[in-house]
Amino acid sequence: MKHIVRKLYWDYMKEEQWLNEMSARGLAFTDCSWFRYVFADAEPGEYIYRIELLENWPTHPESMAYIRFLEENGVECVATYMRWIYLRKKASEGPFDIYSDIDSKIKHYRRVNAFWNVLMYMEFAAALLNVAVVLTFVLSGEPEFPTFNTVCAGLLIVIGFLFVKLVSPIRKMIKRLKQEKTIRE
Amino acid sequence: MPESSERGALTEAVFYILLSLFTAMHGYGIMQNVKELSSGRVDLGPGTLYGALNTLLQKEWIKAVKSEQDSRKKEYLITDLGKEMVQNEIGRLTELIANGKRITGGSLS
Repeated sequence: MKHIVRKLYWDYMKEEQWLNEMSARGLAFTDCSWFRYVFADAEPGEYIYRIELLENWPTHPESMAYIRFLEENGVECVATYMRWIYLRKKASEGPFDIYSDIDSKIKHYRRVNAFWNVLMYMEFAAALLNVAVVLTFVLSGEPEFPTFNTVCAGLLIVIGFLFVKLVSPIRKMIKRLKQEKTIRE
Repeated sequence: MPESSERGALTEAVFYILLSLFTAMHGYGIMQNVKELSSGRVDLGPGTLYGALNTLLQKEWIKAVKSEQDSRKKEYLITDLGKEMVQNEIGRLTELIANGKRITGGSLS
């Protein structure tokens, strides 16, 4: 039976954790699109889920070669969303982690960091533009106060800071791994 | 004279991948073999393995060969250059172990 859950996640690590919790309850994630997750009945804990951000879109030849490699190795790509891919492997085959060395982990976290940074800078740039509009209005002595731009600027700044909050654990993780790398492989 | 990075230590994953590929193997076989060689200690993630294989192919330490059983599945085999790298690494590890044993008196405790 199909189960549909509508949910919005910003943090892919929390999303991954949630998918694994659902799997533990016998609900195996099978597809997703805008805020909509589809689950099918499965044995409780049958699958382990992992989410990865690719360098290229999933339709890019390099990504396709990578996904094919994963599928040959017992890892199923159940869904894609932008550059994100949702992977799962049968728990009976043992623990499942995409990366087992520090270098590749750092590389992946950096990719995630860069992904959110682009959005963060876009928000701040748009906010700055609105602030500039407000200032121009006020300084030129226009009688009408640009309420719309003020609200926009405020909202964009808030969203920008949400992105800052989102990447902060990822940056900490990169820092910790880099430190670890100075003494360990 | 190779670049300084060419003389550094191999990662554990790369060393075990190269050892595995003295016999032609596909990705899954490598993962299983490495796990077996290390008594379960080294469990290669598929992403890590994929990255390592591509780098090793680029460096020509390994080559892709057609699988006998399944022509769609790619198998990999170590090259002479790769074997040379394994030999160098064994030399380096031997030095580490010899020095380690000499200074600590050889006891593990």
